[in-house]
Amino acid sequence: METREIISTGNDLAAIAAVDAGCEFFGGYPITPSSEVMHTISDLLPKAGGAAIQMEDEIAGIAATCGAAMSGVRALTATSGPGVSLKAENLGLAQMAEVPLVLVNVMRGGPSTGLPTRVSQGDVRQARNPSHGDYRSITLCAGNLAECYTEVVRAFNLADRFMQPVIVLTDETLGHMHGKAMIPTVEEVKKGIVPRKTFDGAPEDYRPYGVGEDEPAVLNPMFKGYRYHFTGLHHDAMGFPTEEIETCRKLIQRLEDKVMNHTEELELNEEFMLDDFNGEDGEVLIIAYGSVSLSAKEAIRHLREQGIKAGLFRPITLWPSPATRIKHFTDMVKNVICVELNIRQYTEEVERVSGRLDIEGLYKVNGRAISPYEIVEKVKEVF
Amino acid sequence: MAYNYDKYLRLEKMPTLWCWGCGDGVILKAVIRAIEKCGWDQNDVCVISGIGCSGRFSSYVDFNTIHTTHGRTVAWATGVKLANPDKHVICVAGDGDALAIGGNHTIHGCRRNIDINMIVINNFIYGLTNSQTSPTTPQGMWTVSQKAGNIDPTFDAAELAIASGASFVARETMLDPKKLERVLVKGFQHNGFSFFDIMSNCHINLGRKNKMQSAMENLNWIDSITMPLSKYEKLSSEEQLNIFPTGVLKHDTEAREYCDMYEDIKAAQQGKRGLVTQDDFKKKI
Repeated sequence: METREIISTGNDLAAIAAVDAGCEFFGGYPITPSSEVMHTISDLLPKAGGAAIQMEDEIAGIAATCGAAMSGVRALTATSGPGVSLKAENLGLAQMAEVPLVLVNVMRGGPSTGLPTRVSQGDVRQARNPSHGDYRSITLCAGNLAECYTEVVRAFNLADRFMQPVIVLTDETLGHMHGKAMIPTVEEVKKGIVPRKTFDGAPEDYRPYGVGEDEPAVLNPMFKGYRYHFTGLHHDAMGFPTEEIETCRKLIQRLEDKVMNHTEELELNEEFMLDDFNGEDGEVLIIAYGSVSLSAKEAIRHLREQGIKAGLFRPITLWPSPATRIKHFTDMVKNVICVELNIRQYTEEVERVSGRLDIEGLYKVNGRAISPYEIVEKVKEVF
Repeated sequence: MAYNYDKYLRLEKMPTLWCWGCGDGVILKAVIRAIEKCGWDQNDVCVISGIGCSGRFSSYVDFNTIHTTHGRTVAWATGVKLANPDKHVICVAGDGDALAIGGNHTIHGCRRNIDINMIVINNFIYGLTNSQTSPTTPQGMWTVSQKAGNIDPTFDAAELAIASGASFVARETMLDPKKLERVLVKGFQHNGFSFFDIMSNCHINLGRKNKMQSAMENLNWIDSITMPLSKYEKLSSEEQLNIFPTGVLKHDTEAREYCDMYEDIKAAQQGKRGLVTQDDFKKKI
């Protein structure tokens, strides 16, 4: 893949990625530490012929984004935890009506107003189910500057593939980190764009939601002669409200299956220094994601220098979780430690998929990053 | 010859879930006639509704239609319109939808003066959910959430829209469908935010406990509280207190429309003109 070198911040990279991925609309509201995404895209989109608008509140930000996405264009919103809380209801509508859009959440300390200018990974659990009801959230998590770009690009393609919102988690550290990143060229990104499926038969034969049992809806752009209905209510093949028992059951089951039957298309992990793991005593598996993984890798280099065989498993797609891969490593390795900027939010998922209750953890919730040194100390203390 | 609505209706969705004698159907028909009068192609129109009885409006008409979450019609419409400035967007909301839970979006849609046509079907009550107080429920009326009488002061929806900056504001009732149609056409053709406060009846959930048990009684009450603007202006301030003026209350053709202004932003960002500055606007503060 052809790459280019760029010096930028995580927030700027997210904005640049969206435009390169063909995003034509942004609706948002200022919130620390994500505002720079809006600042940058407000310049880039009109330059590219699109539109960016600062709405009156977070709810309006996603509502406008959802409206633009329903009309057929790629659309982005960006926010932080409190904003996700406000956007939750409309994220639910986007799940129900199968509207593809991308939400970037630059995480800060919570709950509530929390620590607006400080780093956290406290929204991992929220990202899994931001809104009420049954659906499967797709959540990607950038672990470095380059991924603030590549994961936003991937999110747009996945949103159009699965026809639903895709959340990209970054955090205050990455959002405001300024540095060098190697990212794909614009041409590479354009080559990789998979636009949403459309129906080109006769309008009278069109059934936007009348698809296979584990397939996403096929939603044609508006204003092209295919008139149908969007609703957050349970709906039939044309999108019209219904309470018919089987139709209701099949719809919600399809929302589940369209994701869970195709997790292999979603899974993306990094396995760092795990090649030489063979199940012998003394191996330490660290599970971390997001910016924390940068410290984890540094810690692993130090631990290896000291003769401790440590390695990192880093899920990049957080939800749905890479259950098989996590199980593979947790079955193999005796010592497993999760490192998170929250209290056990992903550890509980690791426990669930591994069936183990002896997972160790290093958790930090004071708004400060975890240093490599802290991870080294924790590993030594535990093992 | 009677007007044939079939082309614009989703006939398989008939009958509507609206009660016998409800004004929503009269308004729906007037909207259809107005759209046809404007010469708009069905494919070029997006109708967006919220939650409540009026929320079902969008599922009955054969356009590109969206049934959104409660109160968010205008925010939704802003995304549709800004991404498709050459298309026609109509919001249909109830009084609770537009003025309570969605009040902020209504205000800011008006303020931006984006070319959205917002129809508020104002029946003074939360009808679908059994008679809770809405922001337009008159004080002293019975509601299920204020059984001892509503004490909450009321909004004047049209005044709110005027104050918020909508460039076309009208109030009508469903009592005169022809007049309603004419006003809708005028607003639809206006380039800017068009706000319609359309008073309608809910004899089932407003009327039944407020001595207006039939549609006619409810409509007579609406008739008694409304008056054409020209007549209203001749009343004393004391007489005006309990009357809503009807007709076109504001029509500002000078105010710039938001998507048009956004073209300036695009041009500026593309280096085709200088930055937008205060000199671009008549009103500086």
